Amino acid sequence: MERLLRSRWALVLALAFVLAALPLVFPSNYYFRVAALVNIFALAAIGLNLLMGYAGQVSLGHAGFMGIGAYAVAIGASRFGLNGAVAMLAGAAIAGLLAFIVGRPILRLKGHYLAVATLGLGLLISMALTNEAGWTGGPDGMAVPRLELFGTRLRGPDTWYMITAGALVLGVILALNLIESPTGRAMRAIHDSEIAARVVGVDVAAYKLKIFVISAIYASIAGSLMAFLNGHITPDGTAGFLRSVELVTMVVLGGLGSVLGAIVGAAMLVILPQALTIFHEYEHLLLGLIIMASMILLPRGVIPSLLARLRGGGA
Amino acid sequence: MSALLETGNLSIAFGGITAVDQVSLAVSPGQIHSIIGPNGAGKTTLFNLISGLYTPSAGSVKLAGEDVTGLPPEQLARRGLSRSFQNLQIFFRMSAVENVMVGCHRHERTGILSHLLALPNVRAENRNSREIAMAQLARVGLADLAEKEAGSLSYGALKRLEIARALATEPRILLLDEPAAGCNAVETEEIDRVIHDVAKAGIAILLVEHDMRLVMRISDEITVLERGRKLVSGKPEAVREDPRVIAAYLGTFGSDEANRA
Repeated sequence: MERLLRSRWALVLALAFVLAALPLVFPSNYYFRVAALVNIFALAAIGLNLLMGYAGQVSLGHAGFMGIGAYAVAIGASRFGLNGAVAMLAGAAIAGLLAFIVGRPILRLKGHYLAVATLGLGLLISMALTNEAGWTGGPDGMAVPRLELFGTRLRGPDTWYMITAGALVLGVILALNLIESPTGRAMRAIHDSEIAARVVGVDVAAYKLKIFVISAIYASIAGSLMAFLNGHITPDGTAGFLRSVELVTMVVLGGLGSVLGAIVGAAMLVILPQALTIFHEYEHLLLGLIIMASMILLPRGVIPSLLARLRGGGA
Repeated sequence: MSALLETGNLSIAFGGITAVDQVSLAVSPGQIHSIIGPNGAGKTTLFNLISGLYTPSAGSVKLAGEDVTGLPPEQLARRGLSRSFQNLQIFFRMSAVENVMVGCHRHERTGILSHLLALPNVRAENRNSREIAMAQLARVGLADLAEKEAGSLSYGALKRLEIARALATEPRILLLDEPAAGCNAVETEEIDRVIHDVAKAGIAILLVEHDMRLVMRISDEITVLERGRKLVSGKPEAVREDPRVIAAYLGTFGSDEANRA
């Protein structure tokens, strides 16, 4: 127990240290922007990892919840005059509520069937955002009013880097807390054997739903932050199917069932396309090759495979 | 002593086949009641009916006088019925002690918001569950493997881990589905001791087991199933001598041989 607690806080402290130190080496605003995007996607990936890596339930539509968070702050501020922070919380509530309502019937499905059902949910949200042009500006998207807090307008990638870094650290702490709690044990148990979880009194359906709601809220908050950072959002850029696939890839690449893995996966998928632009037309080819090589060499995901090697167990 | 668990004419049919056919039995607190019978007799199906994994097509299950027929397993667990599995159902990615801590689930009271924030009452509850889990691991002789990942434990250890996990729910009745299957002599001895110890603590035990020496040694009562029906029920000595039981196990030729012998 002592050891566990120490390692939990060691991870949080190390992350906070790295996030605080990075600005010292960033040469330009561009770096702040990319790093802020890493923070945002890491947050969404951590939420999705709670669902996929810990509770063992797949979602191919999670970007839909990012879309809800993004459009909540855009519409809330521009159409209802809400403060951005309030609109962000409202978005999280809407995403959570939608997950709660849709989750009950959907989460009875297993494996591929669940994957297709969640994919449908994501497509539905993205389509609604595209078609309700009166509210959302349609496929061209809409502008997001700047967030104003305590009389100051928050702008600039460096500011948003700090805010997203704070959100990421908070998200990591909450996720680690959850994993080492009775709820965390219940969801990890469900992953390995639903039947055994049930006969010791775990209400499997209720727990799947709880985790689905929590992961939707993570995605929604990430979507809101992305909207604030970019200042302009589109349905495809926030809620699109490719975004959902990207989130799943981050989780699997970094490591299912590893909070740090979700961060590493997000960093890889955000930074690599940027770094590979120097190869011009070979950019996508190289990205695909790197992802494949990573999965072949580190089959359980970057972090779990490396940890296993460090312990001398081999991957 | 009044019965803690009672089944009345419990039946289930799959397609046209009646896998369990009007089985009635009763188990009292502290009693070890074994179910035996040839392969395919419906022993595990009967367990699945009693533990709520299958819904019976007819008949009833009563737990401490309350009708619990058709209740899902998680509700039965809350009423004090837990079980182990013939084919292991282990949380392989969790440590041994965490496996047993999941068994403490029904006594854990803190909510999910406190879990996210790791409030002091959650930390206290985690500590408490861990203590209970360690005590149950010690009870089945696995205390020194507590921090090992369950996936790395031996088969015999996992069998006992399942029992410890079920015990952590503080059951009033425990269903053990072949706890000694695949275990060596030493491990079987250990499981024998654990079952005795649990029964002595006043917990009712319903046992399916193929190891006849173990069954005859520890059972207070034995029910023999054949093709889903109850064939005989009684004390071990009576069941052992019963010609119908011998016939069921060995065929009629075998029983003739046994009679002659």
